[in-house]
Amino acid sequence: MSSTDISLNKDVHHAHEEHDHHHDQNFFEKYIFSQDHKVIAKQFLFAGIFWGFIGGFLSIIFRLQLGWPEATFTFLEPILGNWIVNGKLDPEFYLALVTMHGTIMVFFVLTAGLSGTFSNFLIPLQIGARDMASGFMNMLSFWVFFLASVIMFWSLFLETGPAGGGWTVYPPLSALPQAISGSKGGMTMWLISMALFIVSQLLGGVNYITTVINLRTKGMSMTKLPLTIWSFFLTAILGLLSFPVLLSAALLLIFDRSFGTSFFLSDIYIAGEALANTGGSAILFQHLFWFLGHPEVYIVILPTFGIVSEVIATNARKPIFGYRAMIGSMLGIAVLSFVVWAHHMFVTGMNPFLGSVFMFLTLIIAVPSAVKVFNWIATLWRGNIRFTTAMMFAVAFVSLFISGGLTGIILGNSALDIQLHDTYFVIAHFHLVMGAAAFFGMFCGIYHWFPKMFGRMMDEKLGAIHFWLTFLSAYLVFMPMHYIGIAGFPRRYYSWTGFDAFNTFTDLNSFISIAAILGFAAQLIFLFNFIYSIFKGRRATANPWHSNTLEWTTPVNPGHGNWPGEIPAVYRWPYDYSKPGAPEDYIPQNVPFSQTQSSNLPYERDLE
Amino acid sequence: MITFAIGLSIVLLLVILFLLFRIGTLASIFRGSTQRAAGTTKTSNKVNSLLMLLFLIVGGAAFAWSFADAWDDMNQPIASVHGAWTDSLFWTTMIVIGIVFVITQILLFWYSYKYQHKEEKRAYYYPHNNKLEIVWTMIPAVVMALLVFAGWKTWTNITSAAPADSVVIEVMGKQFSWLVRYPGPDGKLGEANVHLIDATNEIGVDFSDPNAMDDFMPREIHVPKGKPVHLKIRSRDVIHSVFLPHFRVKMDAVPGMPTKFWFVPTKTTAEVRTETGNPDFNFELACTEICGRGHFAMRFILVVDEPEEYEEWLASQTPFIEQNPQLLTKFTLDSKDQVVLKKSTEEVKTEL
Repeated sequence: MSSTDISLNKDVHHAHEEHDHHHDQNFFEKYIFSQDHKVIAKQFLFAGIFWGFIGGFLSIIFRLQLGWPEATFTFLEPILGNWIVNGKLDPEFYLALVTMHGTIMVFFVLTAGLSGTFSNFLIPLQIGARDMASGFMNMLSFWVFFLASVIMFWSLFLETGPAGGGWTVYPPLSALPQAISGSKGGMTMWLISMALFIVSQLLGGVNYITTVINLRTKGMSMTKLPLTIWSFFLTAILGLLSFPVLLSAALLLIFDRSFGTSFFLSDIYIAGEALANTGGSAILFQHLFWFLGHPEVYIVILPTFGIVSEVIATNARKPIFGYRAMIGSMLGIAVLSFVVWAHHMFVTGMNPFLGSVFMFLTLIIAVPSAVKVFNWIATLWRGNIRFTTAMMFAVAFVSLFISGGLTGIILGNSALDIQLHDTYFVIAHFHLVMGAAAFFGMFCGIYHWFPKMFGRMMDEKLGAIHFWLTFLSAYLVFMPMHYIGIAGFPRRYYSWTGFDAFNTFTDLNSFISIAAILGFAAQLIFLFNFIYSIFKGRRATANPWHSNTLEWTTPVNPGHGNWPGEIPAVYRWPYDYSKPGAPEDYIPQNVPFSQTQSSNLPYERDLE
Repeated sequence: MITFAIGLSIVLLLVILFLLFRIGTLASIFRGSTQRAAGTTKTSNKVNSLLMLLFLIVGGAAFAWSFADAWDDMNQPIASVHGAWTDSLFWTTMIVIGIVFVITQILLFWYSYKYQHKEEKRAYYYPHNNKLEIVWTMIPAVVMALLVFAGWKTWTNITSAAPADSVVIEVMGKQFSWLVRYPGPDGKLGEANVHLIDATNEIGVDFSDPNAMDDFMPREIHVPKGKPVHLKIRSRDVIHSVFLPHFRVKMDAVPGMPTKFWFVPTKTTAEVRTETGNPDFNFELACTEICGRGHFAMRFILVVDEPEEYEEWLASQTPFIEQNPQLLTKFTLDSKDQVVLKKSTEEVKTEL
């Protein structure tokens, strides 16, 4: 570590040369309240991994219940205390588990953990900037997120439990403390935490957008940007436009809960009394929620599109096929993601005509998504594939994205959604396409950029074991859920045994639970590999994957300011892999055409 | 003692695993594979790409087998006219996406295997092909257009206005059961109001409305086979969702916003009992919108009768108010009070 520190200090000095005076950063400035994008990225990464384990653990508890509904779980009493009554999981606690699993995974891991880590880490490094446009706002973004995390984590330990109305928190259930104990203090904390979370996302998003637009290095035009940056850029725009709508929904819900307003409440009789609320619309909340909620799933998956494209191109040693089509399809998906939200609401009693419009718009999204898949496969074709762990996660990502994405064509069809809405078919669909796939994209990114983050390599053998166990269990968990869903098993059911229609598939449910436990256990291998490699991993070289993008032109441990000397200028796109005539099978972006006469294409001869 | 033994053996296992990991690392340093570019090691590339191919073959076979094995359980009996439409559209779409699924997955894993890293080989520089992009944009676009059209036609048929001669039934969700009301011989449901709800009058029917006098509230839903059934759906507390899996019916019950769904049952309960060979078979109504502690237990029975049986059943029902005449007295008092209350608030308003 000592050598790392020395180089850090040296670079700090360099970056601040232009100032009249500079001060050495103390421990707090360097590691805690740091304004360096790389440190903030690592903070988001650690927080994301922490939340990932919490969210995964919660799912293991409810999978135990679903896999073995007749069993008694007295052995869980030491952790769960009074949530276990006579060895049985409390049904309201079960609902709280699925609610918190969803909230944590969607927002804290796959939004903050994913965008927070990779947008922060890669944007300045790949566009050739010393740091984010506003380092201070960036730091604020993490610490507001941290506060949101603390509140959400704290709510897990309330006596009445954390929020329990589903991660979509539909009122009136979430608005009325009489309706479910999760709508007491737990829901209040959920709303406060989410409001802070949104503030954090907006602070981060404004920064990402500004940085990409303003701080690109010389020669880095928008059409020379790596696809990662394009995806982070579009993700930030989606977040900036949609998160404020969730904030408004959350605020209105806070008003309904605490100040007696009736935005979402009307004609309610509960707990032995009729409430005075009248004129509100419960459906209004759903419109507001899904106006964020649908772009949100693309906020989760878009960054991984970029990460996977980058990793596939690098490791197949081929240019990404159809670079412009890839950007175009991401733009298409980003625009369309704003006009499909009501496909979550086909059976809410919404006007059927609206249903047809949203079906049409939803199914159009399949076209740009298909283009992306075809382009990834075409990139592999006649490549020279290096199976690094990151590459395997990237290939598996494409596989999971296909499997989960295709069923979206069924669920987006309003006529078919009647039967499948809120069944396990939906669970299988979104867990494959935006749950497992996004996790695979995130792992792909971690394995790929670990050397740049920590100056060391993760162990490839452990990585392979982690990969295969995770890939196998992802399919073993979510493929069978389709069968259960086609049979109509509703989601968020504590147990199905009360219904004759749903008392089949008990063995399959136990099987899914076993596969889920296997998958969770495999993540411990990752955790070991991750922590061990930070301290003891093999030392990395500056460009271990022979990649073209700018981050690999920095020193092994880039300091504050990223490049010790001048920021390199960019001359070419980031995908000149295996160009005929070039001596190596990669030409970094900062190599001018004048130095590569042997490999230049006709139109490139006269370029700089 | 046993816990200690288990703990100790887990620790030992971890130590052994760690030692194996260290030995592996040292051996790879000794072999010199650390000197090579990452991902170009011969054995690991061979093993992983072979596993990719194996995953495709074994995984594909396992998927096909388990799908066939689960076939009988995943196909619930269909008992409605539109259920046959949506099921056939569902399986048609499944075939379309199934074809795409098989082709893309095979290409993905086959290419991964075939184009694994080789020392002497160089990848083919092939950055784009606009013709190809146009082709594989147009094909999904056309397929989607066809699916949208088929879905739109089915959806419009299902959500069209209910025929005038439908059997009207009100279904109301509450935590955690269903309340059901029939309009009685006059065919009209009486007015209802959430402020009139009490322990007996759970729906809050306004019995000053003459239409309410013959309304009855049975413990099971009965519907005649072959006739349109029009469900008027409401909720009195949180959102619920009416789900009749065998009829392919689902519609949310929203407090403050009545919804509806109509369908035509095609099989009686007795017919499905012979068809499935299950003498205890019943059509069930379940809740599919999270509504609290008892969400998983909101079960209600629906019986499909032959039309003549249905008429007999109808005739055997007595109006709710006849069963609970005491309500009527209490009710009229209540409504008088309300009128007084209304007047006084109006006075307050004018004064202000």
